[in-house]
Amino acid sequence: MKLQDYAAVIRSKNSGPFELTFDILFKTAEDYHHFIAAGVLTPEKFAALYQIPVTDIITFEQFDAARGVKITIPRPWPQGSIGESDMHGSQQYAPLLGLDVPA
Amino acid sequence: MEELRILVPNGMLGYGFPQADFDRGMAQHPHAIIVDAGSTDSGPQKLALGSMTCPESAYEKELDILVPAAITAHIPLIVTSAGGDGTNQHVDLFAKLVRQIAAAHGLTLRLATVYSDVPKVQVQAALEAGQIQAMVNAPALTQAVIADTTVITAQMGAEPYLELLQSPTPPDVIIGGRTYDPSATAAMGILNGFDPALSWHMGKIIECGAICCVPAGKTVLGRLFKDHFLIEPMAPDSRALPHTVAAHTMYEKSSALVLPGPGGKLYLHDCEFTAATPRIASVTGSRFEPTPEYQVKLEGAKVVGYRAITIMGLRDPILLGQLDEILAALEKQVAAELPTEWAQSQVHLHRYGQNATMQQFEPTPTIPHELCLIAEVTAPDQDTALLVANRLRTTLLHYGYQGRIATSGNIGMPFTPLEIPLGEVCAFSVYHLMTISDPVGQFPVHIEEVPAQ
Repeated sequence: MKLQDYAAVIRSKNSGPFELTFDILFKTAEDYHHFIAAGVLTPEKFAALYQIPVTDIITFEQFDAARGVKITIPRPWPQGSIGESDMHGSQQYAPLLGLDVPA
Repeated sequence: MEELRILVPNGMLGYGFPQADFDRGMAQHPHAIIVDAGSTDSGPQKLALGSMTCPESAYEKELDILVPAAITAHIPLIVTSAGGDGTNQHVDLFAKLVRQIAAAHGLTLRLATVYSDVPKVQVQAALEAGQIQAMVNAPALTQAVIADTTVITAQMGAEPYLELLQSPTPPDVIIGGRTYDPSATAAMGILNGFDPALSWHMGKIIECGAICCVPAGKTVLGRLFKDHFLIEPMAPDSRALPHTVAAHTMYEKSSALVLPGPGGKLYLHDCEFTAATPRIASVTGSRFEPTPEYQVKLEGAKVVGYRAITIMGLRDPILLGQLDEILAALEKQVAAELPTEWAQSQVHLHRYGQNATMQQFEPTPTIPHELCLIAEVTAPDQDTALLVANRLRTTLLHYGYQGRIATSGNIGMPFTPLEIPLGEVCAFSVYHLMTISDPVGQFPVHIEEVPAQ
C-alpha cells in the first residue's frame, strides 16, 4: 500500500528560515508501530529520496505520543529570498506519498 | 491558585476569530488573554522593510474586541511580537492602537510596552567576544552583515513579562516586542506558582490557538493545574484529542522532543497525552531545564537587491524536447550581450511544470507538454533587473533552436507589463543565538497611564 493511503498526515514545513521539517502521522498506534517495524522509512531511504547525503539529516525521530515520525533537513535555498519557490516549505513532501508500506 | 486559565483568541493576531468562541472563553473566567502576532514564516521582507504580517486595520479590529474585554474582566491582555516581527516600530504602532481604542471606549488603563530591538553595537561586541552562535544552516555572522541588516531583534523569554506582572501595580495591557511564542503564558504560570515546565509546554501549544484541535479552530483555553494541563477548544464542534495535541508539538519544529527557548530547553520525552473528556486533552510529564548560558535568538534581515520577473508559456514539443540546451544557450547569449549587467545579476529560470517547486529535490523532472517559464532576475537596481529580464524574454522569443519549424515567436506571453518589477528582494541575514547577562534589562520597558494624566 502507498503511504498516501496509509498515513493520516504527510506534510512539510519550514522550521525557521533555514530548516525544512517533514512530519508523517498515523491514524492508529498500530499503523504507526507497523510503519516503524517494517522499516518503511530510514534515514538512508529518506536521503536517497531527496538526493541529499544522509549526514545532512538534522533530526530523524519517532514521537510515540503523536503516532508520528519527524525528519528535519537543511533548507536547500534561503527562505523568501532570491530563487524562492516555496515560502512556507509546505510543498516538499510529495516524494513521500509513494513510499511502499508492506502489508 | 488551583487552576490558571489562559484564553488565546487565535494563533495569530489579525487572522480573525469567531466572536461566539471568544465569548465562550470569556465566560470561563480566564486569568489572562494572551495572543501572539509573530512569525518569520511569511519571509524576511517584514524585518528588512518594516512591513507587517497583517494590515493595520486587521490588528485594530481585533484589539478593539480584546482590550475592552480584558479591562471589563479585570484581567491582563498580553500581545507578543507586535506586527509580526516585533520591532520597536511595531510595538509603538500597537500601543497607538491601544490608546485609540481606550479613548473610543472611554477606558482607563495602564499600558506597558516592552522593546526587543538590539542595539547593533551590542551585537557587534557579542560577535567580537564569541558570544554569538549560528543556528543550524544559517550563514555566518560578520560585522559587515550586522551593518547591512535593517534591524536586529531578540526573542525575549518569560522574565520581562514576569517582572511586569509581579509589580505591585501591574499593567492592564502589555504590548511586547519579539517574543518566544510561549513566554507570556509561561510567565503567567510561573507567577502563580505552577511548574515552569508545564507552563512552557502549555504556552507552546496554545500560542497557535486551536489549530491543535479537530476540526482546527481559532480560540482555545489552556487550563493549568499543579501536575498537568488541559487543552480545550472554544468552538463547540471542535475536539482536542491526545494525539492531535501531541502532533501539534511537532509542527514547524526541528525536533518534537526537545524544544529550545530563551534560557532553557523543554524536554517532552516522558510526556503523556490523555483524554480528560472526549474533547479536552490532558498533558503531563514535561520537563524544563535551564541552559548554563542564557541565550536569546536574534533575527534580522536585509535588502539584497531588486527583482524583476517575466512569465513565458512554452508549448512547442520540439523546443521542450531540448529545453536544457536552449536555456543554457539563452543564458550564454544574454551574458555575452550584457556582460556588465549579467555579472551583477542573479538569474533563476523557474520551470513550472517540470521542477520549479521542488528544485533539486524533484525526483521526476519529466518533460511536460507545456511549461511555464518564469525568469527571475535580481540586480543591484530595478532598471538593471528589468533590462536583463527583458533581454532573456526577447532573446528566447526569437531564438533559432535546432529543428524549429515555427518562426513567429517561441513563447506565449500572458500578462502586461511583459517584464514585471517586483521591487526589493530581502534575505534573513541574522538568525543566531546571543548570550545575554540580563534577561529582564535586555528588553526596555515603558509604562504609561491611558489616557495620559
